[in-house]
Amino acid sequence: MRPRVVLVTGVSRYLGGRIAALLQADPEIERVVGVDTVPPKGDLGRTEFLRADIRNPLIAKVLAAASVDTVVHMNVIATPLGAGGRSTMKEINVIGTMQLLAACQKAPSMSRLVVKSTTSVYGSSPRDPALFTEDTEPRELPRTGYAKDAVEVEGYVRGFGRRRPDVTLTVLRFTNFIGPRIETPLTRYFSLPVVPAVLGYDPRLQFCHEDDGIEVLRRATLEDHPGIYNVGGAGVLLLSQAARRAGRPSVPVPSPAVALVGRVFRRAGLVDYSVEQLHFLEHGRAVDIRRLREQFGYSPAYTTMSAFDDFVRGRGLHKVINPDVVKRTEQTLLGALTRRPGRA
Amino acid sequence: MPDAEIISIGPRAVRAPATAKPKQTSAGRARAARVPAAAKPVTAKPERSTPKPVTPKPVTPEPVTPEPVTPAAGIPAPTLPSTGPRRGSARCKATGVDGVRCRAVAESTGFCAEHRSMTAVETDERGPVSDHPADVAEPAEWERKVAGALAFLRRRITGDYEVDEFGFDADLTEHVLMAPLRPLFAHYFRVETRGLENVPDTGAALLVANHSGTIPLDAMMTQLTLLDHHPAHRHLRMLGADLVFRLPGIGPVARKGGNTLACHADAERLLGSGHLCGVWPEGFKGIGKPFSERYKLQRFGRGGFVSAALRTGVPIIPCSIIGAEEIYPMIANLKTVARILGLPYLPITPTFPLLGPLGAIPLPSKWIIEFGEPIETAQFGPGAADDPMLVFGVTDQVRETIQQTLYRLLLQRRSVFF
Repeated sequence: MRPRVVLVTGVSRYLGGRIAALLQADPEIERVVGVDTVPPKGDLGRTEFLRADIRNPLIAKVLAAASVDTVVHMNVIATPLGAGGRSTMKEINVIGTMQLLAACQKAPSMSRLVVKSTTSVYGSSPRDPALFTEDTEPRELPRTGYAKDAVEVEGYVRGFGRRRPDVTLTVLRFTNFIGPRIETPLTRYFSLPVVPAVLGYDPRLQFCHEDDGIEVLRRATLEDHPGIYNVGGAGVLLLSQAARRAGRPSVPVPSPAVALVGRVFRRAGLVDYSVEQLHFLEHGRAVDIRRLREQFGYSPAYTTMSAFDDFVRGRGLHKVINPDVVKRTEQTLLGALTRRPGRA
Repeated sequence: MPDAEIISIGPRAVRAPATAKPKQTSAGRARAARVPAAAKPVTAKPERSTPKPVTPKPVTPEPVTPEPVTPAAGIPAPTLPSTGPRRGSARCKATGVDGVRCRAVAESTGFCAEHRSMTAVETDERGPVSDHPADVAEPAEWERKVAGALAFLRRRITGDYEVDEFGFDADLTEHVLMAPLRPLFAHYFRVETRGLENVPDTGAALLVANHSGTIPLDAMMTQLTLLDHHPAHRHLRMLGADLVFRLPGIGPVARKGGNTLACHADAERLLGSGHLCGVWPEGFKGIGKPFSERYKLQRFGRGGFVSAALRTGVPIIPCSIIGAEEIYPMIANLKTVARILGLPYLPITPTFPLLGPLGAIPLPSKWIIEFGEPIETAQFGPGAADDPMLVFGVTDQVRETIQQTLYRLLLQRRSVFF
């Protein structure tokens, strides 16, 4: 069933804005309502913007008044800095979701709920299998920060699914977003002139290109795809390898110092760093995207590697270690060594 | 043990005083003993030198003597030493039929007194030409190596390589991680491999082996065997304990070297995608067992590897490793200290911790790795993995096969070190 009235939460941030812009361009959708606490930066076309906090019951009135049939919940935020502190972030994420789901449960017009979640619900530990599938029970549930919020949000979403079995429920677990335009802690991290890494660890990273992410969100909004899906590019990059591809030297920092450096950088407002990211920087995470390919029917256009390269190109990152120079040096060295100077 | 002989003779001969007659040095004596011996089985002798691949001998003129009567007639076939020009003419240029260069002090002819008779043949037949092939062949070889090394460095610096989803870095494994193991394999443990034909060239298989030696050198040597000596140069993807991946420094290297966590999900994913997978089901019980229990297989886990093989229908290849037990004979285990440090065991060997870091040098035992006949599992069907009786049965069969092979190989072994 095609959606008629779509409500998008978190519309003032990058992905929310993009999906709203995409949906409002679809003539078959009557209305697109965007909700956020701050006004959007860009032009959202015919999207009706509603400055509301999903933490208060006003959202229920909006749902009822506009007879919304599809909700795209994108308001689980990862960065305490942007939200105004960890406690505000937690409130927006958890209480906000509870309010939204409560309102959805009361709205008879509801037929589809799409939730943007994250693969950080799997945590990061050395005792987990190499790839997480949607059914993997993680050995260690994340205990802090964004990841914990995401676990709780998914818990409430599951509860909602039990109470409203008539609503098509899609939970999309995205790997780390990357791309030429999106701003995430990880894109800022790789934009640093020198990439700090945790000494003795080289985590596997998996990226989701922003365009792939948007396309999956769009399809989940327009079509019926009940279930949970991991979304990300195929393959992995090691942190060291990613830093090299970005032309950046990586500096190993002992684990206790990373926390300290991270805090300093956060104070300076350079990097949005939180504790659960330390585990991620140690053990990394990779997920199986077979279900996305086979059941959801979407093969990401970008692999992890090509998504990262697109990010490096699109940002115009100045490569501290220039591959052309490396290539030239190689040829010069080879020429010098094989000239056989002393040979008769 | 032809290798050891060759290596030890060279330097000793060089060190001989310039005035000494070659026959008076021990190397000279050895050579003198060998030259007459070479008279009868000339054709059989050269294969003694084959294990040493370093000396390129494409320039060796096979029968220099024109008349084919009794080949060479006691005269060792001469060769121009490939590194000769740099050494100058102070050393004899002849090479014995057994591939050992005579490096005794040379006369003005370029040969020592013993090989003086070579001069005639040498100068008129090969003299002027012989410089050429040596010069052309040798630099091409090292140039290729330098170019390869530089290209590898460039790939590493710019991140231009592939890592699979388990974190396996084939480029790094082949060129860096395996490099220090190769001399150990060939010259230190002198690993002898048997039954490589039992490992398929393509497709998935599960290799199951006995574990020993305090540190998992046996696993690394098995990996190297399959990479370097198997005709298909297969990468062995091993399943390791979670402790390995928890350790900083070791964990990431283990992943890059093709290890992943020993769990059903990873085993089935690897086998399902056609990889050759290796497990050491004894785990820490096997690797950390006291020396007195050497070659006695421990419990084979819970048979998890068998159910992984059953579920994916791949053959199980039993693999028996002899020699790894003796590299670090563990005479005691500091269990309490190990528990405090969070380690599965803390070994005391005759040299560790007595000699400190020197205790980390393994004993040079002679190794044999035998790959047994594959045990097929496809006929049981994937549902068989849920039949515990069958799983136990197959586990036992694999364990017995390895144990019996170990006993058989031990009987064949002449001594621990040779």
